[in-house]
Amino acid sequence: MHVSYEDALKAIAAANSDVVVMTAENRAAIRNLPRDLGERFIDVGICEQTLIGAASGLALRGRIPVVHALASFLTLRAFEFIRTDIGIPGLPVKLIGALPGFLSEANGPTHQSLEDIALMRSVPGVQIFCPADEQELVMGLQSIIDSPHPCYVRCNLRERCYKHNSEFHIGKAEIVSEGTDVTILAYGFLFQEALIASALLECRGVSVRLINLRMLEPVDEEVILESARETTLIVSLEDHFQRGGLFSILCELLVSNQLSCNVLPISFDRQWFKPALLDDALEHEGFTGDQIAKRILKVLKEKGGIQCQIPFASTKITRASRSLMSTMLAR
Amino acid sequence: MPDQIPFELEETALRAREHIVRMSGGGGCFIGASLSCVDLLVYLYKRVLHISPDTLQDDERDYLLLSKGHDVPALYSVLVELGFFDAERLKNHLKTTDSIYWHPNREIPGVEFHSGSLGHLLAVGIGIALDIKLRGGDGRVFVVLGDGELNEGSIWEGCLVAAAHKLDNLIVIIDRNGFQANMRTEELLPLEPLDSKFAAFGWSVTTIDGHSFTEMEDAFASVPIFLNRPSALIARTVRGKGLRSLEARSDRWFVKFSEDEIAMLIEELHGGRTTHLASSTLMVR
Repeated sequence: MHVSYEDALKAIAAANSDVVVMTAENRAAIRNLPRDLGERFIDVGICEQTLIGAASGLALRGRIPVVHALASFLTLRAFEFIRTDIGIPGLPVKLIGALPGFLSEANGPTHQSLEDIALMRSVPGVQIFCPADEQELVMGLQSIIDSPHPCYVRCNLRERCYKHNSEFHIGKAEIVSEGTDVTILAYGFLFQEALIASALLECRGVSVRLINLRMLEPVDEEVILESARETTLIVSLEDHFQRGGLFSILCELLVSNQLSCNVLPISFDRQWFKPALLDDALEHEGFTGDQIAKRILKVLKEKGGIQCQIPFASTKITRASRSLMSTMLAR
Repeated sequence: MPDQIPFELEETALRAREHIVRMSGGGGCFIGASLSCVDLLVYLYKRVLHISPDTLQDDERDYLLLSKGHDVPALYSVLVELGFFDAERLKNHLKTTDSIYWHPNREIPGVEFHSGSLGHLLAVGIGIALDIKLRGGDGRVFVVLGDGELNEGSIWEGCLVAAAHKLDNLIVIIDRNGFQANMRTEELLPLEPLDSKFAAFGWSVTTIDGHSFTEMEDAFASVPIFLNRPSALIARTVRGKGLRSLEARSDRWFVKFSEDEIAMLIEELHGGRTTHLASSTLMVR
């Protein structure tokens, strides 16, 4: 049965009177909660700094504030408040950042949250949850709210892209497949494109290890290090700047463990993305599943790590077939 | 009899000023702002706040948040005088063996929240006041702001939010000493008319002499000034108050004094002559 984020949050708040839901007038995902929560729904208006400071004050009194704002304004405008008033005392405030990465679509670079992971992981003690879809967000929500730590959630309310069977545990990745040629590390919304890329690569005889990381702090180090030892190439896939996000996490982890391996970052290298509707933006930037598969295949061939049995079709996958694939993979 | 009340407060304030002056030795401290707000803190802790060393964790306590954290010598001196922690610890100022440094932190008994970055604790105070309201409590939240701190946009966000949420359990005290770090407030970003600014944001406002215990008595007895409105007390103060050699000077913000100078300043506090400050370590940041 499909449970929405709003319903899940409502149920958690109903069971735990310490939970308060706050927003800086970003109500899209929580439109019905004022009616259900009464005074435990607090809208401070478009005041991100006061939102975070007030959440800190509420947390000092024993509350668990779940705060909502657009990801870019939450993590950028209120950054010092997050670091100083939530991070230094380590208060259990849950930061829900809406429309991160590609999900800001045609809003333009003001709204493109492409450094949120870099910022949030720079604050000691802040956990980071990047659900692949709404189902996964709902699966993890109780654990995130029960955790005594602050947490940043890269909010993703898109419908299920995969039948997530593995239980949610803080710091644990979801291992989707256990291939040996290439590892695709993905998180958040782009996991759905990674699924498509993985299916396309498998069709061409490439053995894919697909990892849905779920959390970037704490990150599942064991799974990443195993992949580095056992597969020819690791791909870090993210709608985030190349610096400070998953690619950086991967590099730090490899160096710390004195490991060397082939790495292909697919992310934004010192540039914002072209604002457009989601599918158009993805395609323009080369982030659709088939574009990702082609980029991976090209590198694999250069590394000599794979003999591709079937050449890639020169024509690209159509919108309709991609959509059909998505639907099939979600089952 | 009425005269005895201020006398007892003045005694405490004098001892607190001695602690502050002593903290300006060694690595130095922000002495000017500490001396301007110390009388307010003495009055708050001795006459207004429902808090004591025994009720630090009590849900029903009043909260004091020092948002202009650089005047922490004033806070620590008053906390020491009220028995929150031992005066001996002040000798650990700036030592790695303790946590008594240039801004407040929760390692020190009586400190509700750390500060140092200006413009934060009005928001934190709003959160605490909201929770007290949600739980139907009687506790009040007092937030001490500097006038220079009013440059920060987050303060004016907070003014909107506190008024919208009708937080009459929130009382802001503005240490209106007329200076920010390097210059007079009115020479940089003029704040006046300050009372009508707060009033226009929906706050109830009173202006008092921040060194007069009798004026404080009247003002604090009547907070909240209006039901359903947050209160602002604009306390007109003098930077460096109590030491003629420091009063109302823009170059006495952060200071490091020699042991000889500290001895002379303590004499000056007790009515001695104005100290000639030759120290080459006077600093303006």
